[in-house]
Amino acid sequence: MRLNYPTNVKIVKVPCTGRVDNLLILHAFESGVDGVYLAGCLEGECHFLRGNLRAKKRVQYVKGLLDEVGLGGARLEMYNMSSAQGQRFAEVAREMTEKIRALGPSPVKKSRVESRG
Amino acid sequence: MKTRSNIERILESGGFVVTSECGPPRGADAEVIRKKGGLLKGVVDAVNVTDNQTSVVRMSSLSACLILKEMGFDPILQMVCRDRNRIAIQSDILGAAALGINNILCLSGDHQKFGDHSRAKNVFDMDSIQLINTVKTMRDDGKFLGGEEVKGKPVLFIGAAENPFADPFEIRAARLGKKVKAGCEFIQTQCIYNIERFVKWMEMVRDRGLHERCAILGGVTPFKSVGMARYMKNSVPGMDVPDGMIERMKGVAKEKQSEEGIKICVETIQRLREIPGVRGIHIMAIEWEEKVVEIAKTAGLLPRPQP
Amino acid sequence: MIVANRKSLEEILAMLKPYKKVLLLGCNECVTVCATGGEREVGVLASELRLSRSKDGQEIEVKEHTLERQCDHEYIDQVRPFVGDYEVILSMACGAGIQYVAEKYRTKIVLPAVNTSFLGVTLEQGVWSERCQGCGSCILDQTGGICPVARCAKSLLNGPCGGSSNGKCEVDKEIDCGWQLIIDRLKELGQMDRYEEIIPVKDWTTSRDGGPRKRIREDLRL
Repeated sequence: MRLNYPTNVKIVKVPCTGRVDNLLILHAFESGVDGVYLAGCLEGECHFLRGNLRAKKRVQYVKGLLDEVGLGGARLEMYNMSSAQGQRFAEVAREMTEKIRALGPSPVKKSRVESRG
Repeated sequence: MKTRSNIERILESGGFVVTSECGPPRGADAEVIRKKGGLLKGVVDAVNVTDNQTSVVRMSSLSACLILKEMGFDPILQMVCRDRNRIAIQSDILGAAALGINNILCLSGDHQKFGDHSRAKNVFDMDSIQLINTVKTMRDDGKFLGGEEVKGKPVLFIGAAENPFADPFEIRAARLGKKVKAGCEFIQTQCIYNIERFVKWMEMVRDRGLHERCAILGGVTPFKSVGMARYMKNSVPGMDVPDGMIERMKGVAKEKQSEEGIKICVETIQRLREIPGVRGIHIMAIEWEEKVVEIAKTAGLLPRPQP
Repeated sequence: MIVANRKSLEEILAMLKPYKKVLLLGCNECVTVCATGGEREVGVLASELRLSRSKDGQEIEVKEHTLERQCDHEYIDQVRPFVGDYEVILSMACGAGIQYVAEKYRTKIVLPAVNTSFLGVTLEQGVWSERCQGCGSCILDQTGGICPVARCAKSLLNGPCGGSSNGKCEVDKEIDCGWQLIIDRLKELGQMDRYEEIIPVKDWTTSRDGGPRKRIREDLRL
């Protein structure tokens, strides 16, 4: 549709949001990103039946972990949209960007990524 | 007569027994017990002293029993399995008998989570049925649980509690059967509001012939207010309060509610007296001990037969 | 399996306060099955530790390593080549494993990342429930395969107590009354006559009450 959305949004393609597990999200934050969001199919329309529901649960769980750690669960969100909803995609990208901008940059230093056994 | 218990004496003479209870204070003041005892003089044949009821720390049952004995009462020592192991239990049984306490009521005990020390370890080295059996073995066989000889058998009349309203209903008579088999000689039931259900339970009990081996005393508690009636219905486990009774309490003006509660209590006593197998009444007027004499009088239970 | 719960991040961070180099050891058995201390949970905890320290401008190096078990020497030995590089070992195994690691590496500080709770089963993914207390004298043959020691809050052998209500325990409405379960099962098995029998007082010497226990099979000793 060639709609514009903010350049700070980096897309990571996955076959289904159900593929995203807790560690993937946490490692993203460890690498220094300021916010993460998942864009999954509308509930009830997951191509893989329940993948987006698993993602929803995991997002809730990791939000809690982010609160405990002190980064704040608000930096992580789950959105649902159909692949035909280009407008919604751009809208969400803008909405999330504004939200994260208001929260400020992540206090995590990008340099830590060495010692993962 | 096996013991010197006043309850046993009255039962043997074919009489109807009246008991009530005293809750010891949350402190070391003996006067509190003496005052409560004073309200029951001449009203009861024997009086229960609760044992850290609902897991709230209170003056020990054994010591409060002694205070009441000194006032001329025949106390019933309540003993729970929650706080003591078999060593302490057998020791306290000997102590109670030595102090001239004639009756013991064997209970499992409320879980400690209900009380003021919910972080405590719970003991439950034995359960109420094993406790009944322990007292019986010490009294009649002169043996400790470990098999050793008891030099100076403790003579106690053995009682227990039973709740006809707890689940599962079908085994409540079977459970009473186990208690009787273990040596139980009298029981006090949980307070009765649903008479129909109690009648059914008594049928099951009589079918097993238990009423002939064990005296059943029906428990009653007067409602102070409709609020109390609702609380009992909704927040106390194992309690069955029929809706009709709540309606009856509601239908009366606030100032008249306590009077209505007493009326219901007296009516319950009168109905219980007519049920075959019911050998007495246990009046539990928690923190309302001053009403026990009124209830007993209005129900026609006074004067009590003196020895 | 043995079921444990991970300690709160707050508690773990407090234990780790003085340390910068941590060896985080997971276990592939029980704690994996109850999603508390397996490889994934090791990954998540390590990430949480790094994020938390980084956010405060502090450092921490966490080596993530998951052993097959921590209750057998041979597996614990596997970390010997690199254990010297770390100030402290944070173990996610059950209490037995944590202690065994401490016994093997006597000069290392070994910290528990979990609270070990009970012997239990998986009811469904994500839900584990207690079944056994390890009393050492099993009477499951007498109670229709349901344990009164573990599943009755008062461990009554001749239950239920008067607090059983609608099949639930007086302690918590979510907890089934163990004796209701036993009675229902005895009925299904046609064994209600067993209910009429009085089970005598228990011999607790085979349980924790008798002191720390050991099991030996002489024929297996080399």
